[in-house]
Amino acid sequence: MTATTAAADHDLTQFYQVFFDEAAENLDTFEQLLLGLDVDAPSDDTLHAVFRCAHSVKGGAATFGFSDMADLTHAMETLLDRLRRHEQKPSTQMVDTLLQAGDTLRALLHCRREGGEPPATDGLLRALARHCEAGAGTPAPAPMQAAHGMPAQPGGARDLEMLVGPPATAAIADDLIELFAEVSGGGRLERAGNAPGQAGDCVRFRLNTTASDSEVLDLCSFHAPRDAIRLQPWPAARAADFELFEPPPVLPAAASALSGTPPAAAPAPAAAPRTAAAETIRVSVDKVDQLINLMGELVITQAMLAQRAGQLGTGAREQLVGGLSDLERTTRDLQESVMAIRMIPMSDVFNRFPRMLRDLASRLGKQLELRTVGEATELDKGLIEKITDPLTHLVRNSVDHGIELPAERIAAGKSAHGTLTLSARHEGGCIVIEVQDDGKGLDRGRIIAKARAAGMDAPDTMSDGEVWQLIFAPGLSTAEEVTDISGRGVGMDVVRRNILALGGTVELDSARGKGTRVRVRLPLTLAIMDGMSVGVAGELYVLPLASIVESFQPQAGAIRTLAGGAHRVVKVRDEYLPVVGLRDAMNAPPPDEAAPPMLVVVQAESRSMALEVDRLVGQQQVVVKNLEANFRKVPGVSGATIMGDGRVALILDVPALVRCSPAAQAVPA
Amino acid sequence: MDMTGEGGRIARDAANRQPRPGEYLAWRVGSEEYGIDIRKVQEIRSYEAPTRIPSAPAHVKGVVNLRGAIVPVVDLRLKLGREAGYTASTVVIVLSVARRVAGVVVDSVSDVVDLAADAIRPPPEVADATGPRFITGVASVGGRMLLLADMDTLLSDTLGVS
Repeated sequence: MTATTAAADHDLTQFYQVFFDEAAENLDTFEQLLLGLDVDAPSDDTLHAVFRCAHSVKGGAATFGFSDMADLTHAMETLLDRLRRHEQKPSTQMVDTLLQAGDTLRALLHCRREGGEPPATDGLLRALARHCEAGAGTPAPAPMQAAHGMPAQPGGARDLEMLVGPPATAAIADDLIELFAEVSGGGRLERAGNAPGQAGDCVRFRLNTTASDSEVLDLCSFHAPRDAIRLQPWPAARAADFELFEPPPVLPAAASALSGTPPAAAPAPAAAPRTAAAETIRVSVDKVDQLINLMGELVITQAMLAQRAGQLGTGAREQLVGGLSDLERTTRDLQESVMAIRMIPMSDVFNRFPRMLRDLASRLGKQLELRTVGEATELDKGLIEKITDPLTHLVRNSVDHGIELPAERIAAGKSAHGTLTLSARHEGGCIVIEVQDDGKGLDRGRIIAKARAAGMDAPDTMSDGEVWQLIFAPGLSTAEEVTDISGRGVGMDVVRRNILALGGTVELDSARGKGTRVRVRLPLTLAIMDGMSVGVAGELYVLPLASIVESFQPQAGAIRTLAGGAHRVVKVRDEYLPVVGLRDAMNAPPPDEAAPPMLVVVQAESRSMALEVDRLVGQQQVVVKNLEANFRKVPGVSGATIMGDGRVALILDVPALVRCSPAAQAVPA
Repeated sequence: MDMTGEGGRIARDAANRQPRPGEYLAWRVGSEEYGIDIRKVQEIRSYEAPTRIPSAPAHVKGVVNLRGAIVPVVDLRLKLGREAGYTASTVVIVLSVARRVAGVVVDSVSDVVDLAADAIRPPPEVADATGPRFITGVASVGGRMLLLADMDTLLSDTLGVS
């Protein structure tokens, strides 16, 4: 018996993390289901699923003694139960209240994890209770009302049955009675005989109090753990056919105290909506990253072996060749599988938007329909986290500035509701994410005017594409007024910078009156890359293969100069491309002797240029390592890698090189 | 000693990051001998030409591969305004600096000395207020004067620590 309360006193904090993770998932599912609920024709499956989400969170919260969360989820559960039993019809206001409750639960969860002021829940508890009462046909007798949910009915005293057990010592019962007698407002607690069918080792009390359940539990917790206490309406007042009031779950450890089963078993039975649980396993990100690191080392070692084997005499090499090529193939397969572990579907990102758009649309008075295409497209977890903020900004922009008010749309012959399409697809070695709206499109004239007003050079002969690129300039906003959503003119600049930092590109396309499309292109993963290594001034540099168009050795005299020798160009098919010496770009010392150069044509953001290098070395997959782990960000360099000979080679940031080279901007098409 | 005086001294020492008694690795740059807390030292390697980093200052020689990690190499002799030569005996001390790993090139490494608290004195007040802030103490060992160096202070800017 003593072991029970001892088990309850076990440090439960080690199990908190599991609860936090599962509760967060449940709250996400809860929100999604609610957003998808058709208020006029609610699906039973959805109602049951929503109920189960709230129920799971309640179970865990009560077990760990998070009474604020338990109380709130209990109130939500009460309402949801009525809905799923068809005792009440759902309404938009109910959904709003439930969504708010979900938000508050998230905030409470956050406070538990990180600390901070937890938000008040009284307002929500009252709102939820009101929804229940509004739906209840006949008003229940007053004492019964008090038993619904957790909040105290001010002024109303309740008769409660309190079961405590098993108590650690016999004296606890007397201690509790004394305590309640001393504390004003605690109520009157008296010992009651055991009820028929009650567990023998529990102690039964009758409590008449004006305090709320959680206050009672708080008071009792001085002598007995909350989890060992059950409160129910005193049997005399309890109507036989009502069973809405569910007592807070008693720790199952009470039953299995002797075997010492860890209390963490408690949340698990309560969690029902985990049909996918059997097919997935929860793994910490650290473990996956460690796998990826080891995989990277394996790739490097295998490359080293291949290189050393290449230096062996023919006989020895032949013996190794078979094994080495097998090794290479297996390493590549293994690497793809390991990288795939970190791939997460875009739906994880897209799912944040329905809720945001619902609130945004209602705040702006616009009507919106969200379409998503390609949610199953996968992206590396690291990129997913970093792309969410920029995407959010783009979506907000579309809603705020792109989609017109219903009246405007109708006047323009469009449907009253605007359509926002989020799409993702794989293309080449990249993932392409698009945010498209059918709003009013970008105003070319206004953008040019704003650019000129900001002191930028914006000739009328600019192509549409170049005008749209102006939007990314810092400080440029064509919003008529600055709303708190967007319009301060810092957003698009930051968006582009963030996307570039990920090794991606962003393009805009728009048609007046028809809509705007933003296209973001990202490498599939940051960790491994196909590269071409080039030699400059005795050092090796790696160019991302995706940025390379072609490479060739220019004929004598093919490289011409402009503007008195300041710029060089070369003719490639019908275009003149600027020539930039990588030697100069890398501040390397000038060559001892002039050697015939090689030109590598690279492309970024619709601009091309020819990089002059000393020699082409080879093409290989490289493991991308971060320079910033131990050093600062170096302009023009996106990372580093370790080559087969163990030396470090810098990976060049081609878009940055293209952008910064003055020659690249000056050449007309 | 009165309490306010002692309190003031303790506060100043804390602010100056008073070096702790313990073992220090002694190394030389030119004619000066420095000491660094042994707990910051990861390993000692011979100098190999690093991969150059474009547009880095002269004393940042580049980066090297340290068992798979990319580690910057800073030539302390250049940083301290001295001449730097690279011979077979040039040495790189790999240390942990501000939660990063970096290598510093020095002329030579001598020994590990054990410094008791009373052997460590505060650094001499230098007339120039912008004097070497990275020297947090001075120790006497035999006839030697060891300048105790705080690498975080010396290298934070170079390594881009915010």
